[in-house]
Formats: sequence, C-alpha cells, structure tokens
Amino acid sequence: MEFLTQARWSPYAVGIGIGILSWLSFLISREPLACSTSFASASGMIEKLFFGKKVDRKPYYQKIGLTVDWQWMLVVGIIIGSLISALLSDDFRWQWVPSLWAAAFGGNPYLRIIVALVGGICIGFGARWAGGCTSGHGISGTLQLAVSSWISAISFFIGGILTAYLIFILIA
Amino acid sequence: MQTSKSIDKQTQISVAKKGISPLLWGLTFGIVFGFLLQKGGATKYDVIVGQLLLNDFTVLKIMLSAVVTGMLGIYAMKSLGWVQLNPKSGSAGMNIIGGLIFGVGFAVLGYCPGTIAGAIGNGALDALVGGLVGIIIGSGLFAALYPRLSRGILMKGDFGDLTLPRLFKVNDWVIVIPAAILIIIVLYWLERAGL
Repeated sequence: MEFLTQARWSPYAVGIGIGILSWLSFLISREPLACSTSFASASGMIEKLFFGKKVDRKPYYQKIGLTVDWQWMLVVGIIIGSLISALLSDDFRWQWVPSLWAAAFGGNPYLRIIVALVGGICIGFGARWAGGCTSGHGISGTLQLAVSSWISAISFFIGGILTAYLIFILIA
Repeated sequence: MQTSKSIDKQTQISVAKKGISPLLWGLTFGIVFGFLLQKGGATKYDVIVGQLLLNDFTVLKIMLSAVVTGMLGIYAMKSLGWVQLNPKSGSAGMNIIGGLIFGVGFAVLGYCPGTIAGAIGNGALDALVGGLVGIIIGSGLFAALYPRLSRGILMKGDFGDLTLPRLFKVNDWVIVIPAAILIIIVLYWLERAGL
C-alpha cells in the first residue's frame, strides 16, 4: 500500500482513475461528476438565512433547488478525500500565499486574499453563466461529447491562458 | 454470458442502491475524486496556474486521460443500454461568454470549483477565505441577474443538448473512436515534446 503515501501519482493514473469514477457515478447514481451548482445552492441557502423564504422563489433557485443534494455531498467529499491524501503523504500545509504568486507579487496575504476573492466572483458568475465548470463541462460533459461542454471547456482555457499571461507576464 | 453478466451487474447495483443512500454515494465518490485530485497535484495553485502559463501540463494530462477513459466506458455502457447520456443544453451566448468569464476567474483565483474544495482539504487558506467566499458571491450575483439574462444573451445561438454524434448525424462510435485516437495522439505528443 506504499502508493497511498506517495505525494504524487502520474497524471495518467489520476486521469484514468477519474474516468473510471465517472463510469461508476453514471451507473450507480445516474449523476455526472460536477461541482459548481453546489456553490450556487450554498449561496441561496445563505441568502435564505438573511432574507427568509422568499429567496426560494427566485427563478434561478427554483431551477436548481436549494437542498443539500448528491452534488453537495460530492463537494464535501472532495475536501475530505484531498485531506486524507495530503495527510497520508505528509503533503498537508496551511498556506496563505501560494509560492508561484509569492515569487511574483510577494508574500502579503491580504493582497492574495483580495485577488482570490475577485477571481472567485468571476468563477462563480462564469460557471453559472456557462452552466458548468471544469468538472461538469470540462470532464463529464466533454466525455459525453456534448457540444455545449466542448465549447465551454475551450473557452475556459482561452480565457484562463490569456489572463494568466496578462497577470504573470505583463503585470508582474 | 453477456446477458447473465449484465443482469448480475444490475442486481448488484440495486442492492447497492438499497444499502447506501444517494447522498452517501455522493460523499463516497467525492472522497475518491478529492483523493485523486490531490495525488495528481491539481489541488495546488502552482500546478493549475502553471498549466495556464503553459509551463506544466499536469492539469491537461489529467483531464484528457479522464475524458478518454470516461468516454470509452460511458459510450460502451450506453451501447449496452446500461446508462443514458445527460448532456447539458447550451448556446453560443451561454458557453462562449460564460466560459471566458470563468476562464478569467480560473487564472485570477488559480482554482476551479472542484479543485478549490480539494485545495481547502490541502490547507490552502487563500482558497478557503478568499476564493470560496468569492464563488458563493459570484453565484448569488448570477442568480440575481438570471431573470434578465435568461431570455436575452443566454438564448443567443441556442443549440440545446446537442452531442457531436447527433450534430454530424452519425453512429456514436464514428466520433468516439477518432476522438479517443486524437486525444491519445495529443498526450503522446505532449510527452514527446517533454512537456
């Protein structure tokens, strides 16, 4: 069982593992591996704490439903699975500023948190606009050969590559 | 032989379904998914942004090998009648514009909705304090604007839940096999180029 304590596996082993996991989730749960809708339902649930039941009537929340569902539990599971893997390989670190960011922009945690917050807003907004994220479109949708997912996945990378170059080549 | 095997599988599944609730299955799949993402390095900002800067192709290798494996299995199971596809509906207005906005966030945040959960499990506090809060705010903003967007830009160039085999009006495998070969060629080429 030594492989469980290795810090890194081959990306191909990981990818094939995720591919097989997608067979099982289709077969057993009739659900594709997807994450981003859970963040929207979490957002609606938080809104409900402040504004009460009328939040349920917002058209988008009626569409997705504000419940802790299968996909919600998938996201919770990802946190736990990653934690287990990191602990087993002694790869768990509390970290405010990633090293690639620190090398370009310094180690100030406040700057990094603000930038991460802005990036998160774009991700949350863009994922809902596109109807999925890197897992729902990028893996589960493309593997079904969905046209919407191939267009989305290509757009994710075009937007991502251009922005990463802007940040790290032009600004840094 | 074939039929007895498939019946066997189906009994197994229905037993499994009775034994474990759907939510517990979600949690179980999530734990395996998170474990794999962490082992692949995809829970780390440096690896994800390294991909977007085209220095480190780990993320693309993981995604493409997942897609080729998943696609062959799902389409084989579809041919056997075990599963049904569930492709997402889309439009040019949805997928291109939404995809580009997502891409900007992908590079600025350095995590996506799945890998941010993994990053939190890995101890990334910028993911927990900054990114997670941002994603929840961004999703809420979209929900607020949805009534205005849904009948306008999101419908521009609508094509529904189309798949490539239906677009080209061919048998699934006419697309699946060349797509698999193409992905494997890309992966081989990445390795040959030392990326």
